[in-house]
Amino acid sequence: MTVKELSERQEFSVIAMPEPEREVHGVYIGDLLSWVMGKASPDNAWITIMSNINVLAVASLCDVSTVILCEGVTLTDEIVSSAKEKGVNVLMTELSAYETAVLLS
Amino acid sequence: MSDGVKFHYDVDGEDFTSAGRASVMVKKTLRELGLSPEIIRKVSVAMYEGEINMVIHAGGGCADVEITENKVIIVLSDHGPGIADVSLAMQEGYSTASDQVRSLGFGAGMGLPNMKRYTDDMVIESEVGKGTTITMTVNINA
Ligand SMILES: Nc1ncnc2c1ncn2[C@@H]1O[C@H](COP(=O)(O)OP(=O)(O)OP(=O)(O)O)[C@@H](O)[C@H]1O
Ligand SMILES: [Mg+2]
Repeated sequence: MTVKELSERQEFSVIAMPEPEREVHGVYIGDLLSWVMGKASPDNAWITIMSNINVLAVASLCDVSTVILCEGVTLTDEIVSSAKEKGVNVLMTELSAYETAVLLS
Repeated sequence: MSDGVKFHYDVDGEDFTSAGRASVMVKKTLRELGLSPEIIRKVSVAMYEGEINMVIHAGGGCADVEITENKVIIVLSDHGPGIADVSLAMQEGYSTASDQVRSLGFGAGMGLPNMKRYTDDMVIESEVGKGTTITMTVNINA
């Protein structure tokens, strides 16, 4: 499944999608950034409630295919433009991390 | 062996939001040089952890990266407080990060262990009150 296909599901909205064709393989859930850097695999969808600018650096360095902000968390406009610049996909959903992961399974 | 490509970056200790800039630039360079995604990931994650540590624990510092034919060498040095007990700091879960830093998602005490795990060699030289220098090497097996 591509990030674009994922974003078309009704549960998700697009916050930034500079790389729509990236394939999603697997999921990692976590909010502690070093933990994510140690454990997330490339092409994972990363589900988190963290919304500060450092999330973009972590997403980009770990090469996850998309960040999914759950529980209705959003980003400031400034961070959204930075995500587009850095080529980091970010989707959001009102669902919990668990419900989001179940949808992706 | 001929000299490799060298880069020098200053890491600003005040600016938390731009932390990671040096790592992102190195990542871009490694990609342009055509290195494998696995090597790029190892180098960029290890360097980012080190860069963030310099920002949150040492008030900034500098990063020197050298890319040769068969390895990437990253040297991070700061004039921060130093690390009194390196083996304690290396333990997973050990952290002295402030609540403010933790609220941003740091402070899991996983940074140094990640740096060790993602690199083929890591040497920490630290003196309390003087600063810390961390040298990491990632081998490139073509
Ligand atoms: N450059 C440094 N200067 C001074 N102390 C440091 C430095 N780097 C690490 N430390 C000390 O070592 C501890 C462990 O570092 P480590 O990177 O493993 O965890 P952390 O930075 O606290 O949390 P995390 O990396 O998971 O966000 C830090 O909390 C800090 O006390
Ligand atoms: Mg750290």
